[in-house]
Amino acid sequence: MTLLSATDLHKAFGPTPALAGAGLSVDQGEIVAIMGPSGSGKSTLLHCLAGILTPDAGEVHYRGVDLGTMSDGRRSELRRTEFGFVFQFGRLVPELSCVENVALPLRLAGVKRRDAERRATEWLEELEVADVAAKRPGETSGGQGQRVAVARALVTSPKVIFADEPTGALDSLNGERVMTLFLAAARATAAAVVLVTHEPRVAAYADREVVVRDGRSRLVEHAG
Amino acid sequence: MSLGHALLGLLERGPGHGYDLKKAYDDRFGQDRPLHYGQVYTTLSRLLRNGLVQEAGVESGSGPDRKRYAITDAGVTDVEKWLVTPEKPEPYLQNTLYTKVVLALLSGREAADVLDTQRAAHLNAMRELTRRKTGGDLADQLICDYALFHLEADLRWLELTTARLDQLRKRVAR
Repeated sequence: MTLLSATDLHKAFGPTPALAGAGLSVDQGEIVAIMGPSGSGKSTLLHCLAGILTPDAGEVHYRGVDLGTMSDGRRSELRRTEFGFVFQFGRLVPELSCVENVALPLRLAGVKRRDAERRATEWLEELEVADVAAKRPGETSGGQGQRVAVARALVTSPKVIFADEPTGALDSLNGERVMTLFLAAARATAAAVVLVTHEPRVAAYADREVVVRDGRSRLVEHAG
Repeated sequence: MSLGHALLGLLERGPGHGYDLKKAYDDRFGQDRPLHYGQVYTTLSRLLRNGLVQEAGVESGSGPDRKRYAITDAGVTDVEKWLVTPEKPEPYLQNTLYTKVVLALLSGREAADVLDTQRAAHLNAMRELTRRKTGGDLADQLICDYALFHLEADLRWLELTTARLDQLRKRVAR
């Protein structure tokens, strides 16, 4: 069943077109990689799909509802409750401990501190970083920090997780660890994942890939 | 891959029958392509002829599998030399993909499609290896990684060539 779809998206930043007719659809629980060279528009596509950016033209539908017709409030609620995000550099709050970082989305949704931190701890265990729970992000390694960021994305049980170069700042071994744990957790919760990456080895974890070139997505049929 | 050296290396742990060697090889390196008995015996008789292994007893009965083989000192020296000699880095300068791209351009076909189709086939193979690796043990992981890094190198080339297609088209037209 299609969960998220975008058709004929256009987006320009000033005179520079970033998207020029990109489209994509994601099924429930599906892992899709968006690939393409730097500046091809793949991150812009991700941001439009996630309702962070509003396209100049074209539509994004989530569960059949056009994001463009939603109020700003409804869109940001969607981002808090149904969507999860993982970025290249964790973007954790440096003043908070790792467990507080993971619990934060739940706290913002009104969950009591103790419950939020209990669930956060479970996710830290799932991502095999329970040992850094009390540490601040600055005291963890890149790989650990990124797994904490994944835990934070998963803690609200989102239906779609958007990941923008989640392993971009990590070496092969740590990147692989993050991807394996991340995608195992996503599959276990049946969350769909939209994964932006320029690394073929990362894209190979996805069920299929979409290539973005010059702001257009190319769907390449597979031989097998 | 030098099968002779691999078998010698396996014999360094102690003497064995051809069958033991085939099994040890298949377990460790065979993956999708187990050895044929024929290969093992042909290789062993060559090693025997060259003095790198010797017979270490024959059990009663008939058939080649009754023989046990042991590595000789010359064999040990040979394995050692093989291990410390670097493999020749393969530059793959004669590349089928490059030829296809140029011919597509020369004949006015869509070279981008040639590259994209190849790209999809490569990523498909990479997905397959990634799945196998995720469910596998350390040996599977290392073997799959080796293949994955090579496929990734091809893919990077496909990507770069796609980006340079306009340039190449002009050059080919000259």
